Amino acid sequence: MEKIPLNKEQIGRVKSTAADIAGQIREMIRTYSTVCVERTLLRLYGVDGVVDDETPVPNRVVDILVEENRIDSGVTRALAAVMIKTGRDAKTVAELIARRRIPLEDPASYDMERIMAVEQELARKAVDVLDHSRKRKQAAIDRWGLPVQPWKYMITATGNIYEDRTQARSAVYSGADIIAVIRSTAQSLLDYIPYGPTTEGFGGTYATQENFRIMRKALNEVSERQGRYVRLVNYASGLCMSEIAACAAFEDLDMLLNDSMYGILFRDINMMRTFIDQYVSRLICSRAKIIINTGEDNYLTTSDAMENAYSVTASQLINEAMAKDALLTDDLIGLGHAFEINPKIENAFLYEIAHAQLARQLFPNAPLKYMPPTKYKSTNIFYSHALDTMFNLASITTNQGIHLAGILTEAIHTPLMQDRYLSLQGIDYVFGLARGLGDEIAFKPDGLIVNRAKRVLDETEQLLDELKDIGLMEGVALGKFANIKRSRDGGKGLDGVFKKGPNYSNPVMDRIEREGVINA
Amino acid sequence: MPEQWIKPYGDTLNDGLVQLSFTLPVENGPRAIKAARIYAGKLNLKNVTVACAEAMDDAHTFFVAYGRAEPAIDYSEIRAEEATVEHMDFYEINDRIRKDLNRRICVVGATIGSDAHTVGIDAIMNMKGYNQDYGLERYPEIDAYNMGAQVTGEDLLKTAMDINADALLVSQTVTQKDAHLHNFTELMELLEAEQLRDRFLVIAGGPRITHELAIELGYDAGFGPGTLPSQVAAYIVTTLIKRRIMLNAKC
Ligand code: B12
Repeated sequence: MEKIPLNKEQIGRVKSTAADIAGQIREMIRTYSTVCVERTLLRLYGVDGVVDDETPVPNRVVDILVEENRIDSGVTRALAAVMIKTGRDAKTVAELIARRRIPLEDPASYDMERIMAVEQELARKAVDVLDHSRKRKQAAIDRWGLPVQPWKYMITATGNIYEDRTQARSAVYSGADIIAVIRSTAQSLLDYIPYGPTTEGFGGTYATQENFRIMRKALNEVSERQGRYVRLVNYASGLCMSEIAACAAFEDLDMLLNDSMYGILFRDINMMRTFIDQYVSRLICSRAKIIINTGEDNYLTTSDAMENAYSVTASQLINEAMAKDALLTDDLIGLGHAFEINPKIENAFLYEIAHAQLARQLFPNAPLKYMPPTKYKSTNIFYSHALDTMFNLASITTNQGIHLAGILTEAIHTPLMQDRYLSLQGIDYVFGLARGLGDEIAFKPDGLIVNRAKRVLDETEQLLDELKDIGLMEGVALGKFANIKRSRDGGKGLDGVFKKGPNYSNPVMDRIEREGVINA
Repeated sequence: MPEQWIKPYGDTLNDGLVQLSFTLPVENGPRAIKAARIYAGKLNLKNVTVACAEAMDDAHTFFVAYGRAEPAIDYSEIRAEEATVEHMDFYEINDRIRKDLNRRICVVGATIGSDAHTVGIDAIMNMKGYNQDYGLERYPEIDAYNMGAQVTGEDLLKTAMDINADALLVSQTVTQKDAHLHNFTELMELLEAEQLRDRFLVIAGGPRITHELAIELGYDAGFGPGTLPSQVAAYIVTTLIKRRIMLNAKC
């Protein structure tokens, strides 16, 4: 396992620095909430559906709270008061409020004990949703076991959920372990989750709860036929991060792209908004046992993989620390990285091995998410297929966890059915051919690979030390990640962040935090 | 066949050999293979060989086929439009701006619509540039403003007016469902509605953009994959100089 002799003390230091950096953000998260978090609570209380102009009920209810300047107490207390007043359930009450059939009540004019009892009941039901999902997934794993790693992860992105279903079935037939439905272009900037099944998307398919359900059902059917459990993935990062996590729990998704900074860097979403939403979404993931995937691989599309490899490692450490803050355990933390070194660099493959092995050793128990080459993919599909072959070799040699399938047409379009097939065929070929290679080889103590890994770790430590001094938010503002600069007060969604008032309540978060990590 | 007439070249000149791969939504088997061969025949290929037929699932088969293409075309009649760019380097370009325009040039760039891809526009504009060719921000005689991605047409136009830009550089990467055509067209319509079309050089770029396409969309020029910043700078400078000469001639 310890192929590269890394300095154990140094590893301890970088992990503790990363925890300090995450801790600073945690302070901020404690003080604020967001409209997205409140909508998430409503969803977990069973509120769903849309009103008149396709506005989701959770959005309308939260908008009304904002209009009436009551948002600082959160949605739960207000909802509980109306539930007591009307004697009806959360879903009905929310719908009536959304249709403006009944007004909001002032919780202060109700008996606090009764309010709290209703809140506790709501929280219990919400956490039940997450526990159910956890148990259903556990049952599937108990029945079929886990596939050997690296797990083969394949995307579909037709825009039409029914077409995606056909494509997904075919990919599973060709050997995929995991199906990820890519979201439609710019869905991450919508401040609501579209409703119902969708058939029109750009470069991806809308993430809706109904689409999740359709795909989960299809995968359950192929799982039965193939006698193995096929995992389903979607994307949480965006303005609805924690709401998507709630929908994912309802529909038994197994993984979510859930990065603490992707939305900030790549979609210009406000950083406070993102940090808060990611925390709540990760609490949900931890309880429902959804594996998170982080997005460090993307940094290497806007910045150079040799020059900035350390920014990936630093971000992995921060993402890990934030994930642990949100009660995620190692087996649920799919840290991202990528095979994106310029292929014209001599010995690029050795440096790729160094990076991948470094990640493996820093996070020995995490299902690392390894991204294939994308930036240097060529429109010459035959050349691109060769790049993927080397990527497959790096992945099996360094024993990665979640292997994103490289696609020969990456530089042209979202994959065709045959592109997936060829990709999986290439993966199976290399994985079979070199399954034991990693166990057989050792690296030259003072060779290219060992030195490169050590250097990246040194540079990582420098960056983390600096971030600890200036704070993560300032670091992002200075462009420390992906060469992209984002200011603290800039970006989309800041208007949805609010300071928690003295009467703020969030019984779901409280409960999950209080009960801690739940196993089996 | 006359020399200017051409056909695909496989193993010997004019053998017309082409290779294609495709999927048919049927289960693999002799019938599927025959269907693939007949289908390739309908594409007008002769001597079709279905070299590979593999089941991707129980209802889809992947084929690799070869065939001889019949038609030949007269190459002497083919014309392709490219933005006419005089080859100039960084120093020559700055020099021409100083000497022939006698003022600094101002350009604004953005990826418009919901497209979040910035690497292309950054390659053209950022200091660092692309493939060892400096980006426009590096040019002492050019003021370059890069607005990044997901910029609305309105915002781009407003900035262009505020800084009195000479040229708009517009990037589009996502082409699914013709998203790029839609966005480019919307921007052009906005420029026309505001009667500002002639005020700026409007340049389109992206991995699926050709000069021809850009002209069709009403843009002044289009640049595709592999474009270097100096080519764009050279185009802007020479076009502005030409326009000035034309303007002077009119007075
Ligand atoms: C990097 C990348 C990303 C990064 C972008 C980071 C960033 N800040 O830019 C991330 C990971 C964020 C990303 C996200 C997505 N991506 Co993307 N991405 C790529 C990738 C891997 C490389 C693109 C790139 O950077 N090329 C390098 C640059 C230098 O090349 P270039 O853009 O062609 O630019 C050159 C020329 O075209 C020209 N040029 C470009 N613009 C301009 C402008 C002017 C004025 C001029 C003169 C010249 C010019 O000059 C440049 C230098 O020569 C491609 C795959 C590939 N290999 O092409 C997919 C790809 C472009 N992405 C794709 C998709 C679908 C997406 C998503 C929509 C996926 C989704 N559903 O969420 C999202 C985008 C969401 C959104 N709102 O847009 C598809 C597009 C399919 C299509 N044809 O429509 C591709 C082809 C991948 C695929 N096969 O599916 N992506």
